[in-house]
Amino acid sequence: MNIASNEARCTSCHAGYGWKDKNFDFSNEEKVDCLVCHDQSLEYKKFPSGAGYPSKEDKYFEGQLFKKPDFNKSAQSVGLPGRHNCGACHFNGGGGDGVKHGDLDSSLIDPPYELDVHMSKDGGNFSCARCHTTVEHKIAGRCYKTPAFTDRKSVLDDDMVKRISCVSCHTETPHKEVKKLNDHTDKVSCQACHIPAFARKNPTKMYWDWSTGGKLKDGKPYVTMDEEMNRIKYMSKKGDFTWKKNVEPEYFWFNGSMEYTLLTDKIDPSDPPVKLNRVMGDMNDEKSRIYPFKVHKAKQPYDKKNNTMAAVHLFGNDKTSYWKNFHWGNAIQAAMDYMELPYSGEYDFIETEYHFPTTHMVAPAKNALSCKECHSRNGRLKKMAGFYMPGRDSFGFIDKTGFALIILSLCTVFVHGIIRIFSSSKKE
Amino acid sequence: MEKIYLYTRFERFWHWLQGLLIILLIITGFEIHSTYSILGFENAFKIHNYAAWTWLILFIFIIFWMSITGEWRQYIPTMKKIFDVMMYYAFYIFKGYPHPVPKSKRKKHNPLQRITYLAIVSFLIPYQIITGFLYYFYNELPKSMVIKDLSLLGALHTIGAFAFIVFLIIHVYMTTTGHTWTAHIKSMFTGWEEVDNPHEIEEWEVKKQAKAEK
Repeated sequence: MNIASNEARCTSCHAGYGWKDKNFDFSNEEKVDCLVCHDQSLEYKKFPSGAGYPSKEDKYFEGQLFKKPDFNKSAQSVGLPGRHNCGACHFNGGGGDGVKHGDLDSSLIDPPYELDVHMSKDGGNFSCARCHTTVEHKIAGRCYKTPAFTDRKSVLDDDMVKRISCVSCHTETPHKEVKKLNDHTDKVSCQACHIPAFARKNPTKMYWDWSTGGKLKDGKPYVTMDEEMNRIKYMSKKGDFTWKKNVEPEYFWFNGSMEYTLLTDKIDPSDPPVKLNRVMGDMNDEKSRIYPFKVHKAKQPYDKKNNTMAAVHLFGNDKTSYWKNFHWGNAIQAAMDYMELPYSGEYDFIETEYHFPTTHMVAPAKNALSCKECHSRNGRLKKMAGFYMPGRDSFGFIDKTGFALIILSLCTVFVHGIIRIFSSSKKE
Repeated sequence: MEKIYLYTRFERFWHWLQGLLIILLIITGFEIHSTYSILGFENAFKIHNYAAWTWLILFIFIIFWMSITGEWRQYIPTMKKIFDVMMYYAFYIFKGYPHPVPKSKRKKHNPLQRITYLAIVSFLIPYQIITGFLYYFYNELPKSMVIKDLSLLGALHTIGAFAFIVFLIIHVYMTTTGHTWTAHIKSMFTGWEEVDNPHEIEEWEVKKQAKAEK
């Protein structure tokens, strides 16, 4: 879903002060919110629908109190960003804990060793910035860059390496006991084996059906809960959710780049699901590795005539916003007009997929995938075609011929033996 | 019927150890090849490698033993009487005829055995060692090498494995063709083989040996 036309709500994370509409000036450094990253008092919070500002007075949002910040206290507390700073947005991407990422949620504030060896107090006790290093406030991400980050360098080779990856500390040959494992690192990412499942503590959202939104009880929007997961199951504003825990990732060749379907890109409605982003990579590319992904599926509105995805004006105290009026047609029209994009006036819902690379929640070595998770006929890499993998693949012709020869020789010796028994007993 | 000492202690040892290793390699190898799942891939992989290294060391010892004891002469191939031996196993064995080339103190193998064993020692085992090594060290192979696909090595190594199985089946069956069903097997444990007329060594066999000894 789109930020445009919903700025005031989305920009409590898509950060900066006062990004309330499309005219926001990104070059204005005065709009940068220092405290959201550097406050260590744990009290500074942006108001969810305040266009990036904290509340000016004590105010409730969905039952939760947002106090007017004590700027003196916050300013005096400033320090290097901690997990709660980064997590305030990155654990809650998409509007709640674990909605977007399967490997980033509030369980990482204080994770047990089993959940994340790097961030756990019993392990590395790393803050986010331990790996996501910064140069002049430019924070090293991992995947959202074009061209992709493919420098797999050890800090021994280059101690000024700008972006820390697994290899930076662990090298390309980290396995000391079973050396054969090192033969995997040219094709298989560390994450593929060492993150056996994501969302191992808190649930993550796997499916979001917008099409069922807008149901009302006594003329009012309502919410139902998934008791087992302790998460919202249905919300009139947002539709149906499916939450899952301990999810096995899907695996793709990944070179670190993604390609995105933009609102101006044509989609093919006859071939759902629409891939809202596509994982770039190829088995013949030296830079690509087999990498684990959370594939978030959804049902979202699209323009039936123009064959484009549709933006929706969700948030706003006006006559078209979906969350106020529950009318898809008007809400789509409003958002598309606002963005000056063509809209035919006819919408429908279509299945979509969004791929999130999985790189956090690295499990202890003993919990890494065993060989047979992939090296078996119905293993995790069953769908990956084009290469030979021991334990998964066999050779039709050679096997058939070989087993035929075995059966033939067994039959021969069997018949030979029978005749010997028969003829020797006759002699006697 | 007379007893002759045919297989020395080391010979029996390497025979049975080799047999055990072959069976282990076949069981684990076909699991790695995804034919079935018994031990789990990781165990199969480990056992297969240990067995392969063990066999390599044993093979070196065997070759060394063969060359210093002169036992390699038992494997000098000959076409003489090979047809008789084939006819014997295909036909005369059912009539209870005597073996055309009976075992004797200095002759362990009939011409058919000589050729088979020689082929296994000089072709099949080295073939399997080479394809196995290339398979194992696939990642270390220089990029210029033609082999760009693991499947080729997997296929070649599997073909060798099938050849071993076919040999194993026929070999095990042939051990039952002594004067009793278990006579040959017993002698491979004890070293002593019961032989009819042990002194009748064919002239051509001795000649060949004498020549080789020169």
